[in-house]
Amino acid sequence: MTVSTPTGNLRTPQAPPGQAPGSGGHAKRRPLAPYLLTFCVSFATWLVLSGKFDTFHLSLGVVACLIVAYCSGDMLLATTDLRSLPGQWYRFAIYIPWLLYQIFVANIHVMRLVFHPRMLQLIDPQIIRFQTRLRSEMARFVLANSITLTPGTITVYVSVIGTFTVHAIDEECARALPGEMEAKVAAIFGE
Amino acid sequence: MNILATVLLICGLFFFFGGAVGILRFPDFYSRLHPAGKLDTMGQLSSMIAMALYAAQDLSLNAILTALKIMLIVAFVFITSPTATHAIVDAGVRAGLLPWSRGIRRGEE
Repeated sequence: MTVSTPTGNLRTPQAPPGQAPGSGGHAKRRPLAPYLLTFCVSFATWLVLSGKFDTFHLSLGVVACLIVAYCSGDMLLATTDLRSLPGQWYRFAIYIPWLLYQIFVANIHVMRLVFHPRMLQLIDPQIIRFQTRLRSEMARFVLANSITLTPGTITVYVSVIGTFTVHAIDEECARALPGEMEAKVAAIFGE
Repeated sequence: MNILATVLLICGLFFFFGGAVGILRFPDFYSRLHPAGKLDTMGQLSSMIAMALYAAQDLSLNAILTALKIMLIVAFVFITSPTATHAIVDAGVRAGLLPWSRGIRRGEE
């Protein structure tokens, strides 16, 4: 078995420069911040879902969220660069209303197709391919899901080198790709 | 507030109805997924906002928590719905199903 080299755990982020290497058994080479963030997010969800603010329920929530953060703290955040997060989330929050508006406009378009009497002459399903310039997995994920959410286009496949295969319902939907949406997603993730 | 909630609810039902009609009318597997995956998401968004508005009318803590829970449903569906649609499309592609397109009518392949 030659797998047990340092490249064996590629997903483990490197320790930040401030942290002494090898300090603190389990936390070695694992920064604390992703765990804290996972804890905060899951605890906020707990608060909303439980709706009870007495000591018993709160302590149950703390214990459960600690377990969740311990087990899956490195899943919520794939990135290692925590300083870029607030900016990313802020730009993402601005992106959401724009996406909702796009979804609304495109929904109206598909509704028109659905109820059109000569629907079969209007639609022209086609598979298109384009190469994205987004590099990080998260950005590609957001772009793929945005494309699928926008009616008229479904992401069929995203290859490892960033080739998107998209099924579009008609010419108009196909022409809109990748265009503005890719630029916006690229702006969110600073690419 | 009640009027706004009712209007949104009716919009949502209209989108759901369009989704159902679209599934029946569109010609093949892939194009049927368009109304199935997206018009339903839109209908769900609009009707859930209506319910959240209706629930949060008296602005008490419990009412706002209920509205927040409803909005959580929206958030989760917005993540899962495209993923599910993508999984279905991917299954179709892997099985080798060719998309319908103009010019290739059924029986002429």
